[in-house]
Amino acid sequence: MSDKVAALAAFLLLGACTQSGPRSASATPPPSHERVAEPWKADPFPSTYHAYPGVPTLVTNVTIYDGEGGRIDGGQILLADGKVVALGKNVSAPAGAAVIDGTGKWVTPGVIDVHSHLGDYPSPAVKALSDGNEATSPTTPEVWAEHSVWPQDPGFSRALANGGVTTMQILPGSANLMGGRSVVVKNVYARTAQGMKFPGAPYGFKMACGENPKRVYGSKGREPSTRMGNVAVDRMTWARAVEYKRRWDKYEKDDKDGDPPARDLAMDTLAGVLDGKILVHNHCYRADEMANVIDMSKEFGYHVTAFHHGVEAYKIADILKANDICAVVWADWYGFKMESYDGIPENLAILQKTGTCAMIHSDDPNGIQRLNQEVAKAQAAGRRAGIIIPDEVAWTWLSYNPARALGIADRTGSLKPGKMADVVLWNGNPLSVYSRPDKVWIDGALMYDAHDPKRRPVSDFELGQPGEGDVK
Amino acid sequence: MRRILAAVALLATPAFAETIAITGGTVAIGDGSQPIPNGVVVVRDGRVVAAGANVAVPAGTRVIDASGKWVAAGIVAGFTSEGIVDGEGIQETYDGAAGKSPFNAAIDVSVAVSPTNQSIAVDRAWGVTRAVVSPEAGDSIFAGQGAVIDLGADDAPVTKARAFQYAELGEDGASKVGSRPAAYVVLHDALAAARQVSHGGDWGRDKDSLITRADAAALVPVVEGRMPLVVHVERARDILQVLSLKQDYPSLKLVLLGAAEGWMVAPKIAAARVPVIAAALADLPEAFERTAATESNVGRMEKAGVVVAISSVDVSTEGGQRNLRQYAGNLVGISHVPGMTGLDWGAAFATVTSRPAAVLGLDNELGSLRPGRRADVVIWDGDPLELASAPVAVWIDGVAQPLTNRQTRLRDRYLNPQEGALPKAYER
Repeated sequence: MSDKVAALAAFLLLGACTQSGPRSASATPPPSHERVAEPWKADPFPSTYHAYPGVPTLVTNVTIYDGEGGRIDGGQILLADGKVVALGKNVSAPAGAAVIDGTGKWVTPGVIDVHSHLGDYPSPAVKALSDGNEATSPTTPEVWAEHSVWPQDPGFSRALANGGVTTMQILPGSANLMGGRSVVVKNVYARTAQGMKFPGAPYGFKMACGENPKRVYGSKGREPSTRMGNVAVDRMTWARAVEYKRRWDKYEKDDKDGDPPARDLAMDTLAGVLDGKILVHNHCYRADEMANVIDMSKEFGYHVTAFHHGVEAYKIADILKANDICAVVWADWYGFKMESYDGIPENLAILQKTGTCAMIHSDDPNGIQRLNQEVAKAQAAGRRAGIIIPDEVAWTWLSYNPARALGIADRTGSLKPGKMADVVLWNGNPLSVYSRPDKVWIDGALMYDAHDPKRRPVSDFELGQPGEGDVK
Repeated sequence: MRRILAAVALLATPAFAETIAITGGTVAIGDGSQPIPNGVVVVRDGRVVAAGANVAVPAGTRVIDASGKWVAAGIVAGFTSEGIVDGEGIQETYDGAAGKSPFNAAIDVSVAVSPTNQSIAVDRAWGVTRAVVSPEAGDSIFAGQGAVIDLGADDAPVTKARAFQYAELGEDGASKVGSRPAAYVVLHDALAAARQVSHGGDWGRDKDSLITRADAAALVPVVEGRMPLVVHVERARDILQVLSLKQDYPSLKLVLLGAAEGWMVAPKIAAARVPVIAAALADLPEAFERTAATESNVGRMEKAGVVVAISSVDVSTEGGQRNLRQYAGNLVGISHVPGMTGLDWGAAFATVTSRPAAVLGLDNELGSLRPGRRADVVIWDGDPLELASAPVAVWIDGVAQPLTNRQTRLRDRYLNPQEGALPKAYER
């Protein structure tokens, strides 16, 4: 009881702050009559990310994949003021722009990984830094991954330099049914997690099906210990959330003065989902379990944005498409647990053929360094099965579709004029095993340059350690 | 009944070793040499007769045209649990670690290898023809004796049982017995007992020795230098400590596994003539003993003269051993990145073919297309290290192999996900 009172007091204090002036774009303006806004709409840990300075840059004579399936051979692209300004066969650049000869090279949107645990399961993988999963209860919607993100994880630098990753979603782990909120970050080192947060990106909500929750809690002799237990605990929790949101909605609509409903941080997150403000990212391997989740989401009135680790997504590609749900998958992982036993390398290609929103993901600090290669394998598997997917279309699995699943496709994920200049220059065909990033820009700032050791980030952890500043 | 017949047919098909000549392809021998355009590979009685340019096709030999394709040595997976687990997280199927066993070094993993495991058929279809199979340490620094197997579709998977002994002496070893120094006490206690047996001493378990008779006996070939001792260490200092074991046990045939910081002491590893099975691309300081990890590790060690094979250890094993070729390809790729040290194509391909065999002293027997080697041959539709390529034919010991598996069957069933006139269960 006392913690609820404290939370309420903190919230009222926050409300007072917002009245003193605009704090951030997404903070809800104070309603009249000193009414309290629905708490899931607040932004108590706002992004402090800022773009670093860049110079107007023109890359010439380069192969460009625009990220939405378009391709320009022998093209040019101009970046300035943190944005993509223009791309085409011929682009006029302002005087003084840096000109890079892209002969033999490729330009693509920066890679976006929708499933990472960098920062919350960082290197070194010691217990003291293992902050990825508040697995002490089957449902912990109240936790936020950003509060576990250690911005000094050396893994961010590898994802940048070797993988061309410019944005990622960091999720809580999958031991529990409801793991908590995710956070979307720019892959730019900062002193604080807030300094990495993608400005204005919606929150994600991590859920998990299958083996992990039933194993973790079943082994403790508590619910859930079965798949039917998984769904039951989920439904009981959603039922509470619907009731919580109804109370707040009623309070909002009510003209009369009255006390706001008691604040519940767990229910705030779920109400945000029911309100469509928070996007559901559901770890779910098996086709039949995804179908159960789809029905559950309809029962309680929320939408699943994406199923992650959907190794059986190919079996129900048509159902996912009909329900407007993205499939987030690996290229060829399979067989490492029972629920991954039916994984096949043609998964992405079959999803694409069916017209389902599909994309690659890593869930792995090594895999995030080679997502372009994973896509190349998936594309090739499709080709051998008679599903022809051009390179520039395959790239949608790496940037645009992930941006759609994160609700940021209007700002990044493809090379369209006015969008964030999150761009990779590859030293060769990025779907070849032999290619690596040559340069990476984030919001138009050069954050990695293979030719300049000073454009290679070194986290605090690595300072003064063997290998500091080495190539990685 | 139909299914039983199909299964019989599957096992019966590759029953004999053909005599064949594969012509017109780019030949990758696997011994570190560069690919040879328009080469010939001749196979007879399960062995390679010759491979390369200017190789004559013996009269009467069946000729297979591989024009536009690559003909390569089969991939040898450097350090795996191939055949001893049906799925890593499926505990009931795992024969790798023996936490409840009173015996450790005596464990012989070859008895558990099952050629019908899904991963064997999948990796075979991706050109993996042999694998080094290791147990995992249970409650001791000794994991037991590993094997070398083939991935053929037959009931005789073991190429060499008891091919090596595996021990943990870094952070993982410390976690078994409390600390690194404690791990060394266990090691010396065990090797001393084995040496006593080796010198003809009666086995009478010394009052203060904790090792069992079976474990001591299993370590006799190790102290006598007849069986390699594969030691997992990562930190530069730990590597040097392992190398110094030769002072006490001059006959030891040491192999380093992991060695993420090997590049820092590479000249000393080379001088000791100790080969390495490295983690292919591990570049994260995932443990304090690996703070200097870099993708350039393999290239730098190779440059210093160390014999290096690669493994999927500490990278990603979830895609299977088929991805070793991808990791080798990356080692070629980084050779074009300023400041990084990679490998040329021939050396990179060797890290997943002849080098894993050489590490265990088996490169005269397998791992390349040099004359006399076991005829493990793969025809690829392109550069075997390139992501878009895949095998079109695989031979193991000269026997043509099936390339279908559960994955290809699932693919065929679900290429069109919708159900038809009958449920999917009737489609096959």
